[in-house]
Amino acid sequence: MSGFSVTEPSKRQKWFAGLLVITYAVVTLLPLLWIIATGFKSPADSISYPPKVLFEPTLEGYVNLFSTRTRITPSMRETLVEPTTWYEQIARDSGTVIAGPSRYGQRFLNSVIIGFGSTFLSIFFGTLAAYAFSRFKVPIKEDLLFFILSTRMMPPIAVAIPIFLMFRQLGLNDTQLGMILLYTAVNLSLSVWLLKGFIDEIPLEYEEAALIDGYTRFQAFYKVVLPQAATGIASTAIFCLIFAWNEYAFAVLLTSGTAQTAPPFIPTIIGIGGQDWPAVAAGATIFLIPVMIFTILLRKHLLSGITFGAVRK
Amino acid sequence: MSIKKPVEHIAKATPPSIARRVRGLSDRAIAWLFVGPSIVLLLAVNIFPLIWTINLSFTNFKANRLRDAEYIGLRNYERILTDADTWQSMQATAHFLFWTIFFQVLIGFALAYLINKKFKGNDLWTTIIVLPMMLSPAVVGNFWTFLYQPQIGLFNYVVQFFTGVEASSFSMIGSVTLAPWAIVIVDTWMWTPFVMLICLAGLRSIPDSIYEAAECDRASKWRQFWTLTVPMVLPFLMLAVLFRGIENFKMFDLVVQLTGGGPGSTTLLTSIDLKREAFEKWRTGYASAYAVILFVTVFGLASIYVKALNKVKER
Repeated sequence: MSGFSVTEPSKRQKWFAGLLVITYAVVTLLPLLWIIATGFKSPADSISYPPKVLFEPTLEGYVNLFSTRTRITPSMRETLVEPTTWYEQIARDSGTVIAGPSRYGQRFLNSVIIGFGSTFLSIFFGTLAAYAFSRFKVPIKEDLLFFILSTRMMPPIAVAIPIFLMFRQLGLNDTQLGMILLYTAVNLSLSVWLLKGFIDEIPLEYEEAALIDGYTRFQAFYKVVLPQAATGIASTAIFCLIFAWNEYAFAVLLTSGTAQTAPPFIPTIIGIGGQDWPAVAAGATIFLIPVMIFTILLRKHLLSGITFGAVRK
Repeated sequence: MSIKKPVEHIAKATPPSIARRVRGLSDRAIAWLFVGPSIVLLLAVNIFPLIWTINLSFTNFKANRLRDAEYIGLRNYERILTDADTWQSMQATAHFLFWTIFFQVLIGFALAYLINKKFKGNDLWTTIIVLPMMLSPAVVGNFWTFLYQPQIGLFNYVVQFFTGVEASSFSMIGSVTLAPWAIVIVDTWMWTPFVMLICLAGLRSIPDSIYEAAECDRASKWRQFWTLTVPMVLPFLMLAVLFRGIENFKMFDLVVQLTGGGPGSTTLLTSIDLKREAFEKWRTGYASAYAVILFVTVFGLASIYVKALNKVKER
């Protein structure tokens, strides 16, 4: 690096700043680590006082998460054949037998389908709209752009009332298609705004050159603009995906069974005799870990994207 | 890129007349073709419902009854605005809004300032701090009720460890005085990183040369902070406040999982109140009027605020 600079913080300042930030980071991480740890505790360990930091890890929470069980008495236990799989063994050790799979897997799958489906659509339509807004003279452009943004100001519950009635009329209540369309619309405002910013950055000359080369507008769009905007599209997609993945208000009001996603489901996980915190924590861990990994791996694009969307305006 | 290739390609792929037609599709037509689907979808899922809500707000419609709705004029609005419970939930929302923004701005700015000292590994630690805001508020909020348990919860235990207050002697979400603060704490934990990131963008936008000039003028560090750093970051900070304000005015998922509006109605934010009216009591017309009032409030406040923000930017 260069030599002396008045704006470069001193070594001591850096050390002190680092210490404070790392302390905050560790404190802020504590609840998340606690979720992960609780998932591997036995029910007794999870509610011990004082809270246990060191414990014997068990997969009981995960077995309980994915199964429904019935309690058996010790005398009944004598009459049963020995369990054949490790998860049956775990259930047996806690005095239960597995009756069948739980609904968690299916709820998780709903989250995946609805998340990816809506992300794809909002990126598809969002890219088209963003390109048009960026490159063409669209009449009442400013008004349209503001209209698109203002749709985000409405409280979800306020929108949910007529959507609920509309979906009921159309038979879209509690369907994956209904949720995909809804999340697509909610995400569109974000994706149009973010993508317009990314496409604005691509120099016009590239397309002009392509047009002179004999490309049509469409070809120039998908052969020149799309590859250039790929990074922007990818980071926008991740934002849309995370939104759809985390959304709760619409999900809890508009889905109850077949199309229910994981966020409204996880809090309802109840074990035999009270809330089964290890199972809840296991469900939360499986649900949250992908987002955490994404965030850490893609931090460069994501972090700039958050401020980009806000600061641009 | 050769000139010939695409032309040949078109010539081969499509008959000339169609090729000309596609080629001749005016920019304007393409523009509408591209913008159209988005506008239609937004109209269907946002504007049409909004108009429907406004219409319903003048009726006594109940979505769980077959009986036809009757128009009752402004009676819903009258009832909501004279209802003491509405004002109480407005107050709860105001308390929540004020203190979450207060703490998030304070901590968020401080963190951004420290991270901007560019110590080694600052980007990795920034990412770790950002983690809470990327996660599902409902799922995380639900788990916080476990952390807040009086006997066994980690939060109470940590408080006992540092202050000596008996862990089982207080319940963050069960006590009328503590519950409004319980939701402020979790929201601050979750969303401080957002304010931090925007402040960081602001700090990084300040060119070094300004500080160098100030140094030449022998301005003290303290003075530089208040006359350079703060005013330059202020527009960014105000933008962060706007976003957090709108988001927290709409707040539903986190708080409904944490306290469900209780105990009593101490944390009954307007969104939760609205949900009860609309989907538990099924007073659809009444709830629609409530929704319109909330929307007008947030829109009005945001517009005033944006005006102020633009003034600050112009300076």
